[in-house]
Amino acid sequence: MDAIILQFLNGLDKGSAYALIALGLTLIFGTLGVVNFAHGALFMIGSFCAVTLSKLFTLSFETLDPTRKDFLGNPLKIKTPYVEQWFGPDTGAVLIDWAVPLAILFAIPIMIAVGFIMERGLIKHFYKRPHADQILVTFGLAIVLQELVKHYYGANPIQTPAPEVFRGSFDFGTLLGFDPNVIIYPYWRLVYFAFAAVIIGGVFAFLQFTTFGMVVRAGMADRETVGLLGINIDKRFTIMFGLAAAVAGLAGVMYAPINSPNYHMGMDFLVLSFVVVVVGGMGSLPGAVAAGFLLGILESFASMNEIKGLIPGIDQIIIYVVAIVILLTRPRGLMGRRGVMEE
Amino acid sequence: MSNSKFTRRGVIKTGAGVGAGLALPTIFASRASAFTNEPTGSSVTLGFNVPQTGPYADEGADELRAFELAVEHLNGGGDGGMMNTFSSKALKGNGIMGKKVEYVTGDTQTKSDAARASAKSMIEKDGAVMISGGSSSGVAVAVQGLCQEAGVIFMAGLTHSNDTTGKDKKANGFRHFFNAYMSAAALAPVLEKLYGKDRRAYHLTADYTWGWTQQESIAAATEAVGWETVRNVLTPLAQTDFSSYIAPVLNSGADVLVLNHYGGNMVNSLTNAVQFGLRDKQVNGKNFEIVVPLYSELMAKGAGKNIAGIVGSQNWDWKLEDDGTKAFVKAFGEKYGFPPSQAAQTCYAQTLLYADAVERAGSFNPCDVGAALEGFEFDGLGNGPTSYRAADHQCFKDVLVVRGAENPQDEFHLVEIVEVTPVGQVTYAPDHPMFAGGNLGSCNPGA
Repeated sequence: MDAIILQFLNGLDKGSAYALIALGLTLIFGTLGVVNFAHGALFMIGSFCAVTLSKLFTLSFETLDPTRKDFLGNPLKIKTPYVEQWFGPDTGAVLIDWAVPLAILFAIPIMIAVGFIMERGLIKHFYKRPHADQILVTFGLAIVLQELVKHYYGANPIQTPAPEVFRGSFDFGTLLGFDPNVIIYPYWRLVYFAFAAVIIGGVFAFLQFTTFGMVVRAGMADRETVGLLGINIDKRFTIMFGLAAAVAGLAGVMYAPINSPNYHMGMDFLVLSFVVVVVGGMGSLPGAVAAGFLLGILESFASMNEIKGLIPGIDQIIIYVVAIVILLTRPRGLMGRRGVMEE
Repeated sequence: MSNSKFTRRGVIKTGAGVGAGLALPTIFASRASAFTNEPTGSSVTLGFNVPQTGPYADEGADELRAFELAVEHLNGGGDGGMMNTFSSKALKGNGIMGKKVEYVTGDTQTKSDAARASAKSMIEKDGAVMISGGSSSGVAVAVQGLCQEAGVIFMAGLTHSNDTTGKDKKANGFRHFFNAYMSAAALAPVLEKLYGKDRRAYHLTADYTWGWTQQESIAAATEAVGWETVRNVLTPLAQTDFSSYIAPVLNSGADVLVLNHYGGNMVNSLTNAVQFGLRDKQVNGKNFEIVVPLYSELMAKGAGKNIAGIVGSQNWDWKLEDDGTKAFVKAFGEKYGFPPSQAAQTCYAQTLLYADAVERAGSFNPCDVGAALEGFEFDGLGNGPTSYRAADHQCFKDVLVVRGAENPQDEFHLVEIVEVTPVGQVTYAPDHPMFAGGNLGSCNPGA
């Protein structure tokens, strides 16, 4: 029982990441009709926003300590972060420690700008082209972005820790009547789940309860009619692209302490997120979120030794097996809408 | 009118046929005395095949720096580095056998097929007479096989699988780096000393040749000191989030987690294990411990504070105090501004060892070079007295047991040396079961 609860919790945070990326993918597909293979790269850029702010906060000036030697026997260079000099050692240390959460503020304008440039600069030229062209161009863009990141940040993962206060783990077992240390779960993963819930809720509320969201939903349902009413739906859809980029970026920022960011992390999530979108139903926002959590949890359960003992290798194929079963029984996915990608 | 059967066309055909027939033995004779890419001009070309893209690109970049430094020293540039401390004095700083050393590079991408293609190109198009480099055992085994077929020497870079000089060993291939068996043989007594005899270990293992041999080696060595192996779980090489593999460890009854992972896998699995509080956990009345059999400075950097206190093994470390290490660290540090990694050291040493073997053999012929390397005993390249065993082309030398520093004084002091395990403790018979199944074969000069 304890193992099942633990894997369920595991699935929640994995599912949170899938759901956030799939949500953005679906927003772009539902509004602009573009299959965006560069969406994983946006997640990766978000993570590197956290890395960048962390590096900015630790930018240091050097002083020589003649009493200590470096590896070549020269006087040791002591590095002191500028933030500690400007704001004092205590405030500076807090800023460095809280770099990842603060990177949310840093990432939002950057991600919106990246999304805007991507959409206006490249993707808009492919709106009327076949999906195969869109996939090729966005996949190429993803490779360019990841190679740029590799050039400037290197190929190795970069450790980007959560604030000290969130580095431990929470003993869930004692809450549920188990022995201590049986069901423990990292604080930061709980934070990530809560964060994902807030973002997903925020996006749905924005679409559901604002005039802007209502127009966007109307445009998703019937773009031509909304256009005939004199509403500039293209402009709104471009803004939605920026919003989707920001969602993917924020998912990446908060994911940085879970797995050290590296240039390839976007690709690792991309294929799975597309499966999530297809299982959830193309164009369905609730479907993307539900499928994200469902597949995340199933993937975690499939990693249990008891399950792998019964079906070797199931942990690697479970998502695809579920996708096949769902698409055979419900061809439009869990919550797919009639007419989307069916023309 | 002539009735002669000779025609102009017939005479030409016959002449061409006879000429070709007469020339044939000469062609065979001249080819038989040569070997692949025999250097004929004033220079000789070496091929450095390292991961320049992909997950081990940073490691590859450090290997390339070491190769460039070695070439500079061989050609008489710089301060000579470890050429000054090398026990063999055959190298004079005038290239190799008086020929200026030039080099070409290839990108392995840490993929066997890409690595073979780039090595093939360097041999066939650039005329490389020796191939070196690499940061993966899968790649090393693949390129070693290609070099055997092509008739050039392969001086392996960072490859740690037993198979490289075990079941996949080749006469044209030589490994300076240590292997999984040696790591385990060095680690087990230290682990027993630090954590006791009565331990239950849970293994997470990368699902490819290096992971398999690493797990087999460390499990056998720790079981020999009394540990029990609770379970071994294979993890896909492409895995990034190991949380679902870490979670079952919590309730497995294990009190040690052995991470048979390398590179990004190791950084992520260790980070996940620390996040799940394994290091703060008490099981069976003992502190839960994590072991990483193969360490690397670049990985330690990636894992950050999570590496603190975690024990593993290394082939070499820049903090060693011998003259060879000091000379190499000085030359590398002054050129690049930071200390070299163990991947850099093994690549630098392999380049010097190859050049020295050519000088001693008096020939670039791979069979002569191989014979000069087989059984060669040397010192002064940073690992203490070392020998290249003739039976399997594996170097035997001391092995380092290291531990992640609790409070590193700077970004370069991430690991501290716990013990230098003497070579006698990590030596094994050439027919040891973990290395069985292969055949060195005979050297291939190619051509």
